Amino acid sequence: MSGSTVSVAFLPLVDAAPLIIASELGFDHEEGIHLDLVRASSWSSVRDMVAFGRVDAAHMLAPIPVAMALGLGGVASSISALMVLSVNGNVIGVSNSLAQRMPPGLDFADARAVGAALVDAADTTLRIGVPFPFSMHAELLYYWLSASGLPAPQAVDIRTVPPPMMADALEAGEIDAFCVGEPWGSQTVERGLGTLILPGSSIWSFAPEKVLAVRTDWADAEPNLTARLMRAVWKACRWLGQGGVHTSTAEFLGHREYLDLPPEMIDRALTGKLTVSPSGDIRTAPQFLEFFGSAANFPWKSQAAWIAGQMAGRLGLERATAMERARGVFRSDLYRKHLADVGAVMPGASEKIEGGIAEDTAVAAGQGRLILSANQFFDGQVFDPSEFS
Amino acid sequence: MSDPLRILIVEPDRDRALSIVDSLKETGDNEVHVIGDLSGLARRVSDYNPDVVIIDLTHPSRDVIEELTLATGPMERPVAIFADASEASLTKAAIEAGVSAYVVDDIRPERIRPVVEAAVARFHMFRRMREELAETKRALEERKVLDRAKGLLMKSRGISEDEAYSLLRKTAMDKGRKITEIATALVTASDLLS
Repeated sequence: MSGSTVSVAFLPLVDAAPLIIASELGFDHEEGIHLDLVRASSWSSVRDMVAFGRVDAAHMLAPIPVAMALGLGGVASSISALMVLSVNGNVIGVSNSLAQRMPPGLDFADARAVGAALVDAADTTLRIGVPFPFSMHAELLYYWLSASGLPAPQAVDIRTVPPPMMADALEAGEIDAFCVGEPWGSQTVERGLGTLILPGSSIWSFAPEKVLAVRTDWADAEPNLTARLMRAVWKACRWLGQGGVHTSTAEFLGHREYLDLPPEMIDRALTGKLTVSPSGDIRTAPQFLEFFGSAANFPWKSQAAWIAGQMAGRLGLERATAMERARGVFRSDLYRKHLADVGAVMPGASEKIEGGIAEDTAVAAGQGRLILSANQFFDGQVFDPSEFS
Repeated sequence: MSDPLRILIVEPDRDRALSIVDSLKETGDNEVHVIGDLSGLARRVSDYNPDVVIIDLTHPSRDVIEELTLATGPMERPVAIFADASEASLTKAAIEAGVSAYVVDDIRPERIRPVVEAAVARFHMFRRMREELAETKRALEERKVLDRAKGLLMKSRGISEDEAYSLLRKTAMDKGRKITEIATALVTASDLLS
């Protein structure tokens, strides 16, 4: 049946794992579909391929469909985020010369101290590379630097550098620092060019990183395929979340047609045990990259609203309107509809307060038992979306 | 008569770049410029202040150009050609061919259309060439494996080249597999055992 092939674009990143595993372990065939994975090399091409029907679905930075809903960027097409593929997973690093000007032994978990040290160490305007203008990388940096006394974007120069070229940009002296997804941060360390100073999870401990994105009209026209796709990917996330599978996951991801990198480099992000400096220092980040736990896959409307609120504030858009549009992008309705049968935990609400939760907390769930893990911004801010609706 | 368009081609491969420039000659008296060295790309694109930017869709540096479309500056509000819904068929053709084009949005579409069409045609040619090259490489690889497998059989069973080939072909037919698959299996097994 030719209609049952679903083409999915991805970028070679560790957090493409749910799609790669769904295909490699046959979760797609279990659902009666065949995933045709298409490797892309830029986020703009991923976006265009989805928007113009070259592929059915994609691994996408969570802020991209939100930005599109706000009319930002070149392409205006209605994209739905069916589910969150991964939470956290980014890392911030600096050039060796900048690292030398920062005090040694900074706490990997202490975004406040690291932020202060970075601001102190910068003698000119910091040039920081991020993968894409609309990315959690950019949002976390703006948030962190502004709260650390460096008004962003005004006082910093945040520029786009494709992840595989981050190490080169550092070497060429085009950037002083970066925020990137793995394994590209580890690669700068491996090449002796950079030092990792902070995981993204120390800025926001539960940040939605990538989503499974489709055209909204595709989801409407193909409810059956949408459901199968979601179930196959959700099962892959569940497999990834069971623990003890990082070695084989790293092997799969390292294959030539996916990341084409040594499994050892990929394993670091999967275990959260990062080699942070060329001299071999190791730091461990809890929940560095989460594929499943704490209902990580549920597309909370409050997550979309937070992203839209940050963008609106920065770009001078009307905040409440932006948030309302963004809520429609994260399709918790489809998540509930299509994943109830396979046993996905369903939270009682589709919005929650983001931030302000220091401990694991049990919350109301319609199906299953739901313990939400800590969800904090490093500066203790609390985002209550109901204030804006 | 309107001013010539300032067209910028971002392409590190010199031959490809020249080939695109060539294809654009037909489209009018335009001013065509090539950036081959991608360092400091954003600044250099802004400096040139183009009306149109053409870049390979599959090139990672495309996201750098994308960033420029968001900034206000020397290159005022360039937009992806894809933004204009009225050009949907051309957009689809461009994506299929692997072209991305960015256009300053106050230029009339009919001036841009021939430029993008020419680029699309040229990229189609690139794609065909790449596929042909891959096909040739694959055929060469298969040839090599087949030769090694034949050699192994000739040596271990003391048979002629023709007999070795017949044996491989017969085995492939019996097992319902391709002859190159059988040859690869034999070579791999032999590597493991030696």
